Amino acid sequence: MPAVIEFDDVTKSFASDRRSAPTVAVDDVTLRVNTGSIVGVIGYSGAGKSTLVRLINGLEHPTSGTVNVLGVDVGRASESELRGLRGRVGMIFQQFNLFNSRTVRANVAYPLKVAGWKKADRDRRVDELLRFVGISDKANQYPRRLSGGQKQRVGIARAIATDPEILLADEATSALDPQTTAEVLDLLREVNRRLGITIVVITHQISIVHELCDEVVVMDGGRVVDSGDTYRVFAHPRADLTRRFVAAVTQGVPSGDVLTSLAAGGGTLLSVEINEFTSEDVSAVFHRHGARHSVVYGGVTDVLGRQIGTLTYRVRVDGAADAAAGSATDAAIDRIVAELAAHTEVHRPEAAVKKEVAS
Amino acid sequence: MNDWKTLAPVLLESVGETIYMVAVSLAISGVVGLVIGAALYATRPGNLFANRVVFSVMNVVINVVRPIPFIIFLTAVAPVTRAVAGTTLGTEAAIVPITIMASVVIARVVEQNLVAVDAGTVEAARAVGAKRVSVLFGVVIPEALAPLILGYTFMFIAVVDMSAMAGYIGGGGLGNFAIIYGYQQFNAGATWITVAIIVVIVQSGQLLGNWLAQRVLRR
Repeated sequence: MPAVIEFDDVTKSFASDRRSAPTVAVDDVTLRVNTGSIVGVIGYSGAGKSTLVRLINGLEHPTSGTVNVLGVDVGRASESELRGLRGRVGMIFQQFNLFNSRTVRANVAYPLKVAGWKKADRDRRVDELLRFVGISDKANQYPRRLSGGQKQRVGIARAIATDPEILLADEATSALDPQTTAEVLDLLREVNRRLGITIVVITHQISIVHELCDEVVVMDGGRVVDSGDTYRVFAHPRADLTRRFVAAVTQGVPSGDVLTSLAAGGGTLLSVEINEFTSEDVSAVFHRHGARHSVVYGGVTDVLGRQIGTLTYRVRVDGAADAAAGSATDAAIDRIVAELAAHTEVHRPEAAVKKEVAS
Repeated sequence: MNDWKTLAPVLLESVGETIYMVAVSLAISGVVGLVIGAALYATRPGNLFANRVVFSVMNVVINVVRPIPFIIFLTAVAPVTRAVAGTTLGTEAAIVPITIMASVVIARVVEQNLVAVDAGTVEAARAVGAKRVSVLFGVVIPEALAPLILGYTFMFIAVVDMSAMAGYIGGGGLGNFAIIYGYQQFNAGATWITVAIIVVIVQSGQLLGNWLAQRVLRR
């Protein structure tokens, strides 16, 4: 698949004032976005996501490195070349950024006017766009009168008016309630599938990435710390930050007070990462070793139809009721751990605590 | 003491002169101030045409001119007035200093109202590929229209005030009338009727401005 966006060793720094050192917002980033994909850029605020997305349509220029978008070298392009590029790259925003002095119709018509469309063509196109995003009845309203979801629909209609090849979504659902978020995500999926527009989604919500994105880029402190196929990245995290994002929705490995109270319940606690190795597979291993088990902590979440997460099991192995029982149990647990570890990550949260106490 | 039969035509003429001075100077300074104000906004660091040098120069010039008391400014710019109007006396001559001062003040008013426009809106316009000039005049100014109308209403009143002071240098108008027939001839009636007329002019302007701004805001 050809790449529509290519970043090579891109760094962007801002001089805050003349005395202090410049702030590095994007730090040596190299990435590719393939035609027709939906790519999520996830990170906490201040991770450089917003700057990254503004490098794509030339609202920011790289300090070093090259940004190539649809064959245009953004860092070296002239102002008029950049304007041409922006007609091929739409953008939507967290706060919608509609023109309050213009009606819905005029908002959507604005990019067409900028692109030099004739009045009749503009009118026809605007009707078509308003139908597509489902707000034809609001055409002559002013944005102030619309709900958040309606405003974002106008934003999307405006962003795709000139039939761009790329759509940039900067925290486009962060100001919306869960129901409206789901509707807007559906609409973005439509934009991608029906119109074939490549979408770059900036977000701090992992659920958005899980539901929408084929690929993900995890950013931390201006750097890309993890990237690739969404399922791969979250099922097999390579960076601590990715692990933390996953843990935020699936709870991860127990620690602290939670662990103390779980440990008091007896048995042995095993935390198992669920990925291609499903919870059914885990249960099968326990059964083979004759271990009784139940899930006491954790969670799984859906990533584009597949499960990821961490489940913590309380495992009991019935040994002989003599003095050797303890060590027999330990041996059985060790065998279980060894078998699980051949397929996925296994943690013994209690062991970690004991080690800390011992040292 | 003049009786009202002779005063009334003079008063009427003065009203006409005031309206003329205010209209002409407000029309010119309104456009000039808008352009300078938009330039101030646009050249601010981080804005559409960020340019530290141009911004600083305009900023300093405005800060120098604006605090000068108008009555002093009137005489201070007399050479400019003579160069432009050919004289330093009369209604035409008064228009020059009023226009200069009003331009400077309007520039500030415009700048302040444009700065308040959401930067996201500007970014959205740039993101669709609009030229920076058309972003400035096609998006930023329309977005700030309601506060701009109120700002111009405020300036209308300030210009009425300036035009009254211009009476001191023989600028004609209601200020001149109040000084000659009211103050210098101890005719309190003439003073009060001038005050009343100015109040009516100012109130009408304010009402019109409020109404226009409301209409724009209501959408």
